[in-house]
Amino acid sequence: MTFLQRNPEAAAALSRRGFLITATSAGVALGFAGEVTAAGPAPAGFEPTIWYSIGRDGTVTVNVIRAELGQHVGTAIARIVADELEADWSKVQVKTVDSDAKWGLMVTGGSWSVWQSYPIYSQAGAAGRTVLIEEGAKLLGVAPGACVARNGAIHAGKASVSYGAIVTRGNLARSFTPEQLAKLPMKPAAERRLIGKAVQARDIPSKTNGQGVYGIDAVVPGMVYARPKLPPTRYDSVVVSIDDSAAKAVPGYQKSLALDDPSGTVPGWVVVLADSFVAANKACDLVKVTWKTGEAAKVSEADLQRRSAELIADPNAGSLVVEDAGVDQAFAAAKSKLEATYTTATALHFQMEPVNALAFEKDGVFEIHTGNQWQSLVLPWLAKALGRPENTIVMKSYLLGGGFGRRLNGDYAIPAALASKAIGKPVKLVFTRADDSRFDSPRAPSVQRVRMAFGEAGRVTAMDHAAAAGWPTLAMAPFFMPKGTNGVAYDPFSVNGADHWYTVGAQRVRAVNNDLANSTFRPGWLRSVGPGWTNWALESFMDEAAHSQGADPLAFRLKLLDGVGRNAGSGPTAVGGAHRQAAVLAAVAKKAGWGAALPKNTGLGLATTFGQERDMPTWVACAARVRVDPQTGVVKVEKLTLVADCGTVVHPDGALAQMQGASLWGMSLALFEGTEFRDGQVKDTNLGGYTPLRMADVPDLDIEFMPSTEPPVGLGEPATTVVGPAIGNAIFNAVGARVRDLPIRPAAVLKAMKA
Amino acid sequence: MTTLTINGRQVSLRGPDDTPLLWVIRDEIGLKGTKFGCGIGQCGACTVHVDGKAVRSCVTPAAAVAGRAVTTIEGLDPRGAHPLQTAWVAAQVPQCGYCQSGQIMQAAALLKATPHPTDADIDHGMNGNLCRCMAYVRIKAAIKLAAAGQAGVHA
Repeated sequence: MTFLQRNPEAAAALSRRGFLITATSAGVALGFAGEVTAAGPAPAGFEPTIWYSIGRDGTVTVNVIRAELGQHVGTAIARIVADELEADWSKVQVKTVDSDAKWGLMVTGGSWSVWQSYPIYSQAGAAGRTVLIEEGAKLLGVAPGACVARNGAIHAGKASVSYGAIVTRGNLARSFTPEQLAKLPMKPAAERRLIGKAVQARDIPSKTNGQGVYGIDAVVPGMVYARPKLPPTRYDSVVVSIDDSAAKAVPGYQKSLALDDPSGTVPGWVVVLADSFVAANKACDLVKVTWKTGEAAKVSEADLQRRSAELIADPNAGSLVVEDAGVDQAFAAAKSKLEATYTTATALHFQMEPVNALAFEKDGVFEIHTGNQWQSLVLPWLAKALGRPENTIVMKSYLLGGGFGRRLNGDYAIPAALASKAIGKPVKLVFTRADDSRFDSPRAPSVQRVRMAFGEAGRVTAMDHAAAAGWPTLAMAPFFMPKGTNGVAYDPFSVNGADHWYTVGAQRVRAVNNDLANSTFRPGWLRSVGPGWTNWALESFMDEAAHSQGADPLAFRLKLLDGVGRNAGSGPTAVGGAHRQAAVLAAVAKKAGWGAALPKNTGLGLATTFGQERDMPTWVACAARVRVDPQTGVVKVEKLTLVADCGTVVHPDGALAQMQGASLWGMSLALFEGTEFRDGQVKDTNLGGYTPLRMADVPDLDIEFMPSTEPPVGLGEPATTVVGPAIGNAIFNAVGARVRDLPIRPAAVLKAMKA
Repeated sequence: MTTLTINGRQVSLRGPDDTPLLWVIRDEIGLKGTKFGCGIGQCGACTVHVDGKAVRSCVTPAAAVAGRAVTTIEGLDPRGAHPLQTAWVAAQVPQCGYCQSGQIMQAAALLKATPHPTDADIDHGMNGNLCRCMAYVRIKAAIKLAAAGQAGVHA
């Protein structure tokens, strides 16, 4: 089920409104009408929801509701509009907007941005082009049929009139019903002039000269700096006393404030206020707070994993996401069976800009200045915390110094807002790195059990995949949780991936929430979320299953990716189904030389994924070549080869950058990252203990996109999830060691070699 | 009073002597291009030059560089067109961009000491600079472009 299917309101907001083109003092605005006026022309003074505008000088300003966190999303979205509009790219501007109810749902995650934006902004561009042709034709004194739109002007033979001139001299006011909009002629793929073509991303220059403005750079006169004094646990700590006597010696120290948070986001928090961040930071270290803590203060990683294992063992626990008839019968009748358990450890976002927020009230509006990925999620929390209506709070947009899902959870805005409200002054709350790590909503550790039943000649007759973890969506957005066939709600983002495109006979997928995880900490959405663990289990298991039947892992997978039944796929974005996954897998195997002889202790491993969600499949396959040191167990990744089919590639270089970054993220999570809960907190809070991949670790990367004109799907996450299992499978092929726990530590490789 | 120069401008320190240079640059001078990442000198986002050498400003007390010349990303080139900056655009290096001021300052010091670095030189010189988006392939490519004097050739 897709995000939009789960959220009919959001879908309606995006696609079922009428479309208006209205004259403004500066030019024309093109966008979707509010619901009230969708059926008719705009009344005088009405401001439509505006997606883009064209000024009298021909400048096209594209309003982007997606956060810029490194994916160059503004460039991609503007290219979509500009292509259909036949705009002059040099006159196109990208504007990242602040929160406002008129934009509808504001979220940047799930690899959804381009996928969701493509149909909407394409239609918006086509509407603009259609009207510009009509009005341009009038100005040129020719029939519209004699005109072509190209490069920001309407041309008829040798005569032409620019968009700026048409906006200045013509009458562009129009309204389209949704039906009319849907019937507008869209350009065929062969006519694309911007989509799929090389372009420099608009956000890049300011990121090379220090001029880009991130949330942490936001300032306002008279602001007070603050650093949080974090309680020992996320939810169950209560402030007993605050002793700031030592902090008073710090010049510039103001006071320590215990927060009263009606939203329950930051219970037991104290913020330390000072004239500068340096003073707040120093004073914070000297403030002594005594808390009363609860059960969470005793919880360890082992406790969390034990709880997951217990729940997995209980067949009645959890939600049945896929439950075909006959699973248990098929296992009972199986000629042979295979079962394996996989785990992943707690992982941190560790985005480089520690979370921060500047908050203050001005002219009756509470302004929150911070980088954020899901304004629509945090605004209701802010409203509750501050005791004021959402429409009197605005989230100001900034560049994000990394997101990776951390800033989908805007919890860090709450303490800044509460502190500002309490002291009646602007408060700039900045977390140190260690604060950020401790207050992270990390990727919860997971335990998964995968079983497969085989009939005659190794035929797969059934599969049963149970996945247990802390659930971010339960913690923060329970309205996003559909129900399984047994009526139990589940976090789709925490089990996606297990509902794969292999045809395996009778299939069961069971999603289990680790309740101890959700009561101990706030699990987070971390780049790719569930597939980050489900695909580790699934794709490791596929190799194990193939080996158990004496089959080649590539041939075994290709046979199961038969595109039959529910795996046939349907349009628009899932068209082709499992056949497209088979195609990328076969392509990567060929490219990487699958089957060729390799040096001793060197192995090639395969893995594939459909990305994030079945209705938005991004088909990716990876071949990892590793060399294992049999003495130390150290794994050296020599090369990663990836092939992706993401439909139309809108911004090719941006797409490549996402694949590069995501695949290295996958490698980093597989070999270098991972921490553990100890006494209710993550053990590693800075780079001394938490060690993401560095330049010297980078292997050769060979990345290719399948040529396609299908609608574009998401690319920010999918490559993350293939690399870990490809490495695990390569280790097995190199030295015969099967590793089932992420991250893969050298000691585990050595142990598995002896097993 | 302790003074130092930042991008050629003389600056008097107002805060305590142990104030990290990073926060003098960011909050006293207001140059926000230098970033706060880890606070322990291990991510490189805060890298600036002190007398031409790359220094982690988050762990450098401002008073320790009294009388010396500090250069930040804003001062690397008056037009923001240092060969590395041009190369960074040509190779489309940044993703989120947060670490890139530090990466560029580190790379500038590297090229000053080693104008024609090998891959191993680049790995060695840049390994202390974390890029969480993992744009490492492009960082390396841009350094090579700049070293080869080809940064003007846009991708």
